Amino acid sequence: MENENTQFAIETRALSIYYGPFEAVKDVNLQIEKQKITAIIGPSGCGKSTLLRAFNRMNDFVPTSRVNGEILLHGTNLYSKDIDPVEVRRRIGMVFQKPNPFPKSIYENISWGARINGYKGSMDELVEQSLRAAALWDEVKDKLKQSAYALSGGQQQRLCIARTIAIQPEIILMDEPASALDPISTLRIEELMQDLKQNYTIIIVTHNMQQAARVSDYTAMMMLYEDTRSGTVIEYDATNVIFTRPSDKRTEDYVTGRFG
Amino acid sequence: MIRKAFENEIQQLKDEILILGSMVEQATLDAVEALKKRDIAWSERIIANDKKINQKRFDLEGRVMVLIATQQPMARDLRVIASILEVISELERMGDYAKGIGVINIRMGDQPLLKPLIDIPRMAAKGTDMLHRALTAFVNEDARAARDIPAEDDEVDMLYEQVYRELMTYVMADASTIERANYLLWASHNLERLADRVTNICERTVFVVTGEYKESRPTFDELGEGKPDT
Repeated sequence: MENENTQFAIETRALSIYYGPFEAVKDVNLQIEKQKITAIIGPSGCGKSTLLRAFNRMNDFVPTSRVNGEILLHGTNLYSKDIDPVEVRRRIGMVFQKPNPFPKSIYENISWGARINGYKGSMDELVEQSLRAAALWDEVKDKLKQSAYALSGGQQQRLCIARTIAIQPEIILMDEPASALDPISTLRIEELMQDLKQNYTIIIVTHNMQQAARVSDYTAMMMLYEDTRSGTVIEYDATNVIFTRPSDKRTEDYVTGRFG
Repeated sequence: MIRKAFENEIQQLKDEILILGSMVEQATLDAVEALKKRDIAWSERIIANDKKINQKRFDLEGRVMVLIATQQPMARDLRVIASILEVISELERMGDYAKGIGVINIRMGDQPLLKPLIDIPRMAAKGTDMLHRALTAFVNEDARAARDIPAEDDEVDMLYEQVYRELMTYVMADASTIERANYLLWASHNLERLADRVTNICERTVFVVTGEYKESRPTFDELGEGKPDT
């Protein structure tokens, strides 16, 4: 993948995603802005997570899945034959719904991924930097050797974000990153996202519309086609437009809580 | 999923707006009638009554706040809610204009009217009629009706100019009438402002429906022909 300078962090063209014969996501054309937070919203089962996972080829782990169309990172299609999916996942990191730290120390949670990615610098520095960037350093600096499992859920999620940052990705995908957290931890994650967007592009899937409205700059609204049950993006705009004067009636109905 | 509780509350708020509107209409018509009849006691009651208008506005504002805090309205719901806040504050200010006419009547003391009132009651009738229809359009979210009403403001503006010119002829003929002329000019200016605020309510209605702010037309003051805003 060349570092060609394009206007967008990532771009999809006529993207369709299949599980076997079923077209789960159909014809998505999105241009994700650099160093912004883009939220993907929509009712359950409309393909939000499938679309998100396509961005770093996580769907490759589902044997029957395949992709039509293109996902371009710096103008290069992530699904080209010569692209290494491991390299894709290094450049496009992911944070999941439930915090999933490794059953290791806090320190090793950060260092492990960096080491296998061939990081040669000072590991202590990288661990500190990453934990600081994830707003976790002050809480854990005296217990780096303790198990990550000893942390609270909110701390574990920030540790997972620190672990993602340690590999220095360009884009961070977040799949419902706060849905398993209490309100205070949720707000901390949301604040952290605002800090992170100085350096990273963030794409977040969320069921919590207030969260999408609070944190994101752009919002993509997804819906199912009635006939084929395929999900697609029906409206994509600045977040403040989506939540104050959406142009699609279905977006209006969804964000006002009238269905979904 | 239908948001029944939310929609019920919105409907109730709209009903309350119509009630608040009718209080303002009545206060305006009464204030002019009391002035016409030089009935000081009536004007005192109108002034006291304005507290009820103010109180109702605050009550409604409180309910809107609760709705925002508990329901997190979005999109059209949010526009309705935000517009309700705007409309009730417009109505409260209109109530102040009626009260202001009451104050004028009291200040005039035992001086007779400079002239019998003809155009000022017309302004009140026209303005309150516009207000009534504007609020109906607002609660029905009827953008078409709301777009048509502001043009009628011209009629009120013309009446205002007429009152102004007429009063000036009195003043030019006899400078000692200046105070009494000024009282009536003040009353008619309040009515002119009321009609301008009706226009604001219509703009809000269009905003609720379309999501766009559109100034319907320049106000009398903006045309540079009127007195400074009060």
